[in-house]
Amino acid sequence: MAFINPKTKEVQTKIVYYGPGRGGKTTNLEYIYKKFNQRIKTDMVVIKTHGDRTLFFDFLPFDIGKIKGYDIKIQLYTVPGQVKYDATRKLVLRGVDGIVFVADSLVVRREKNILSLKNLRDNLSLYKKNISDMPLVLQYNKRDLAEQGIPLLPLQTLEQDLNSQLKVPSFEASALSGTNVAQTMKKIVLMTVASLQKQLI
Amino acid sequence: MFGQKELDGIEEILQKDFMDLGVHSVVFIDMAGNIIANLDNGVMGHDIYSLAALAAGNFGAVSSMAKIIGEDEFSLLFHKGEKENMHFSKVMTDFLLVIIFGNEVSLGFLRLKVAEAIEKLKLILEPLQVLD
Ligand SMILES: Nc1nc2c(ncn2[C@@H]2O[C@H](COP(=O)(O)OP(=O)(O)O)[C@@H](O)[C@H]2O)c(=O)[nH]1
Ligand SMILES: [Mg+2]
Repeated sequence: MAFINPKTKEVQTKIVYYGPGRGGKTTNLEYIYKKFNQRIKTDMVVIKTHGDRTLFFDFLPFDIGKIKGYDIKIQLYTVPGQVKYDATRKLVLRGVDGIVFVADSLVVRREKNILSLKNLRDNLSLYKKNISDMPLVLQYNKRDLAEQGIPLLPLQTLEQDLNSQLKVPSFEASALSGTNVAQTMKKIVLMTVASLQKQLI
Repeated sequence: MFGQKELDGIEEILQKDFMDLGVHSVVFIDMAGNIIANLDNGVMGHDIYSLAALAAGNFGAVSSMAKIIGEDEFSLLFHKGEKENMHFSKVMTDFLLVIIFGNEVSLGFLRLKVAEAIEKLKLILEPLQVLD
């Protein structure tokens, strides 16, 4: 749940990047951190293991300016994608206001995407939240690999696997080159803030 | 939802019970990592948002560990540094009180203060939870 502070006129909201391990969640945040560094006053927090995998979460606070006189502070988080870190994913989802699901476009990751989305659904229900009521954006990442002749899942397959019921906005992206990374983030921020607006007087 | 009155009340407790005691900063957060109130002595300038995110995650992790070994939870945590120390305590189910203090403040006395402050905070927080 976002926290609205009428005293300091500040809103804090939590947006979580979810998805299978190695899909590019951390790379999304790293790109945003580089691209918008004038708006980000602090360092990005990363908690990694030796193998450079996200152990706990990444965290990036981000100011987007004022809406209705309130300073909007977005807190971007990633979860560790590996199956064994489910307990940590549950912790990071606590109080989530919006989600970006980063799917891996590699053909070999098809099953992993589907399982991770199911895992998101299950973990949200622990907090009595329904994925369909949650601001959610899908990102089909690593599209740049097509140029190297690496087999990628066609867009229709990804939409069918992941978005046939949800019908949420989706973006083809390359977190590595930055293609559609900012657009994905802007979309989820807009949707999340819109869902909070009614609470702002 | 917190109103101006509740937030003023919380800040007053944090000021009187902790800042006046000479601690360096006090941060009152929820378990999602949001900052509800934050006071400091103006010297530290910590990155308070990252601190809150990590404190909430850390406390959540410790609570999960407690369950694994059959404890309901560890209601407080203490990290000792060379100059700075941190004390975390859970307030009801959803909130966390984080205090950063130097060696001039006695841990025993701080603990007493924390216990008192939690009771006072509950008086403000409990009516809000019924409304939610
Ligand atoms: N070619 C390509 N590689 C990517 C892209 N996004 C991430 N990667 C790489 O995929 C690996 C895993 O990325 P990471 O962000 O750590 O994944 P996470 O586990 O979801 O956080 C890293 O080696 C990244 O450099 C992308 O858009 N294109
Ligand atoms: Mg990662």
